[in-house]
Amino acid sequence: MSWTAIWIMVAGAFGFKVFGVLGLSRLADGPGRSFQAITALIPAALFSAMVVVQTITTDDRLVLDARVWGVGAGIVAVWRRAPFMLVVVLTMAVTALVRWQTLV
Amino acid sequence: MAEHRREGLVLSIAVGIVGLTFGVLANAAGLSLPQIIVMSALMFTGASQFAAVSVIDGGGSSYAAVGSAMLLAARNALYGPVVSRFFGASPLRRGMSAHFVIDETTAMASIQDDDETAANAFWWTALWLWSLWNIGSIGGALLGSLIGHPETYGLDAAFPAAFVALLVPHLRERPGRVAAIVGGGLAIAAVPISPAGVPLLVAALGVVPGWLLGRRQGVETAS
Repeated sequence: MSWTAIWIMVAGAFGFKVFGVLGLSRLADGPGRSFQAITALIPAALFSAMVVVQTITTDDRLVLDARVWGVGAGIVAVWRRAPFMLVVVLTMAVTALVRWQTLV
Repeated sequence: MAEHRREGLVLSIAVGIVGLTFGVLANAAGLSLPQIIVMSALMFTGASQFAAVSVIDGGGSSYAAVGSAMLLAARNALYGPVVSRFFGASPLRRGMSAHFVIDETTAMASIQDDDETAANAFWWTALWLWSLWNIGSIGGALLGSLIGHPETYGLDAAFPAAFVALLVPHLRERPGRVAAIVGGGLAIAAVPISPAGVPLLVAALGVVPGWLLGRRQGVETAS
């Protein structure tokens, strides 16, 4: 990859972040509490999307594989109020196990 | 160690391991070590970095790599309003802090009960995650093929599961639940018809029905 491309990406990635913190956040600080109420919901919408996209899609296709079992175990662990570390480790273990089982 | 810092560290360790695989992939795609270091230290947004080197590895052009990376980087702008109040008033300081606004730091900050803990969670996660992501990237670039596929260890499922845990506190009230359901649904609908990164931007529209519902409930409570 060219250095030009890398510096463009560095500038672009930083640009988006700065636009969010200095630009978009000004809307949230402005008069009226609407924007504040809206931005408070951004994590809910985006993290939910991240969970489904990373669990059941590969590239631009829907793919159901070992990840579903792993994340399913993770959801049960979260529901049972397991510590964060246990959620992560259990998910990895179940995913790895199912993947290994389907390979054998 | 306080719970929020411990969770930030656990998340950062997982990210560090993913950093190893980024280093391996970037190295295999022909990037030099200085290029890998600049990407991880200064671009510092994992999904974009992976997208860029995957395009190059698949024989795509630098322009295509930049395009994919930027689509995935755009969502970090949406996190700005969520965390900007932790950065003080100075525009310079706010601008510098913006470098650390990514999925994980926003998530760790947004689930805390008060602003002080939230700011603390943001900065500890930023510190650990940036350090481990960079150590991982460099390690992966140097060790190369000694490291196997992260899928073997189920690491690809660790992130969605971690974000389930980070999502749950946002589901306590109905507007949050509606935003999550609509956001997730929109993202899934967008996956087959748009390039990577776009589904997450589309998902942001999920805040609208959530907000409308919250406003209606607010009006009802007030009257």
